[in-house]
Amino acid sequence: MRWSTWKGYLFIAPWLIGFLVFTLYPILSTLYFSFCDYRVLSEPRWVGAQNYRSLLSDSDYFWRSVFNTVFMFIGVPLSIVLGIGLALLLNLKLRGQAFYRALFYLPSVVPAVASAFLWLWVLNPQNGLAAPVNQVLNQAGSGAINWFTDPATSKWGFIVMDLWMIGSAMIIYLAALQGVPIHLYEAAKLDGASPWMMIRHVTLPHISPVILYMAIIGIIGAFQYFTQTFVMTQGGPENSTLFYSLYLFQNAFQYFRMGHASAMAWMLFLVTALATFLVWRISLRYVYYEGQA
Amino acid sequence: MDAKRRWNPVLGHGALLLLSGLFMLPIAWMLSTSIKPDTELFQDRIVWIPSVIEWGNYYKALTTFPFWLYLKNTVIIAVFTVIGTVFSCLLPAYAFSRMRWRGQGIWFAIMLSTLMLPPQVTMLSVFLLFRSLGWVDTFLPLIVPAFFGNAFFIFMLRQFMLTLPKELTDAALLDGCSEFQTLRFIIAPLCKPAIVTVALFSFVAAWTDFLSPLIYLNDAEKYTLAVGLQYFLGRHGEQWNLLMAAATVVTAPMVIVFLIAQRTFIQGIALTGMKG
Repeated sequence: MRWSTWKGYLFIAPWLIGFLVFTLYPILSTLYFSFCDYRVLSEPRWVGAQNYRSLLSDSDYFWRSVFNTVFMFIGVPLSIVLGIGLALLLNLKLRGQAFYRALFYLPSVVPAVASAFLWLWVLNPQNGLAAPVNQVLNQAGSGAINWFTDPATSKWGFIVMDLWMIGSAMIIYLAALQGVPIHLYEAAKLDGASPWMMIRHVTLPHISPVILYMAIIGIIGAFQYFTQTFVMTQGGPENSTLFYSLYLFQNAFQYFRMGHASAMAWMLFLVTALATFLVWRISLRYVYYEGQA
Repeated sequence: MDAKRRWNPVLGHGALLLLSGLFMLPIAWMLSTSIKPDTELFQDRIVWIPSVIEWGNYYKALTTFPFWLYLKNTVIIAVFTVIGTVFSCLLPAYAFSRMRWRGQGIWFAIMLSTLMLPPQVTMLSVFLLFRSLGWVDTFLPLIVPAFFGNAFFIFMLRQFMLTLPKELTDAALLDGCSEFQTLRFIIAPLCKPAIVTVALFSFVAAWTDFLSPLIYLNDAEKYTLAVGLQYFLGRHGEQWNLLMAAATVVTAPMVIVFLIAQRTFIQGIALTGMKG
């Protein structure tokens, strides 16, 4: 090997070792464990595809967790609409935008465990901020919303909470909005376009790769949903918030079924790989890097 | 047209004020609850300012769980994480932006492909690895991985290094500097804003991380604030004023860091499109 090649590998060594030990080896060994009966304290024993078979035929827990996770996809379009809406407002030429931007971003710096406490209390149906709404609903005769204590609404509680923590997405949309060439708006204005037509025909097409990217990130994010449900609901009531990552964690660290957990981890890996491939295809079509690739 | 132009800023400010106020409501509710006496917690209407302001809740919250111990643990982990992350990301970022070598493209592509990998995919096997080393119930599983690079931060630093003129490195190399010296004395000082961003994000990530300390720390003496807080909920489930006081105390350092370094935060997120 040439000296320059050696030097290159030397410089990337910290990451390269980390990649081999903490990413590549775990992915491969997890694949092996996913075909084993592995209870942590005893040696792994090869059982073929049994873990996959028993998971895929388990409608009470596994499919329930998949269903709950897929339900959370509802939050993706909501977050896109709210995120772009806020970004459009923050992109108006007004005084004090840095102040508003800080207020919208602030909820995103609240540590997950603290925001979990906070939302349990805010959405407490009798004494929280949700109480006045429930009083109105009760008077109207339509019944109170019990949020995290009712299986029918518990997931909506998490969706609302996620929308509150939209800060990062909003900043990304704002950066995308600021990247739309100004002359396009000027041309549209000369042609007599209304503000709504400009958003529809100039802004949205320009930021569509970002929207697509954020949608895919949102879908992967649903599969990673863990801290909030672990702290707030432990999967309940009636398994209505048993999400994919929570069930994976329970299998591994509460039931000590490493084989099952590994099979779930590998299925998650396949989902992520597919999503990464999609993002890559999108970026090939839309994004071009300045300077060297 | 003129009337419309005069009204637009008013509508804009109105919408922004209304929405940002809505976003602040839960935080205001947290602060308000944290100073309520026990007797005023459960009322049928919303009370923002209690009749008696009970600052004692903060004292009680901080003494009913070993707050200072957990703060110390969290700070130790966060500081080592920041040091490890900055050093282990600078070198690969330099190799991916300012050097030319065979294999550069393929390794960079491999690194990018790991960006979206959820920790849940690798955590089982990494846990078994650290367990076999006897590292469970120590800070090592939380600190050591930080010394082996992070794809996000390497990418972020690389993007920044690409914007520096190529002549800088050429001149230094001609003058007899080694690549390492060039990085140490020329590139790294110029990358200060990007390094601050990386330090800040890794600090916040270590401070708020829940999953890893939950998996690796069993001994209550070793908990971080995030995990300690979670156990606090189990023991004081109905004392919302104490819970909100504890949540406020754990949140406050993050808010202060954010307010001081706001520009760095915002630019960092916009730069990499990363979720903070």
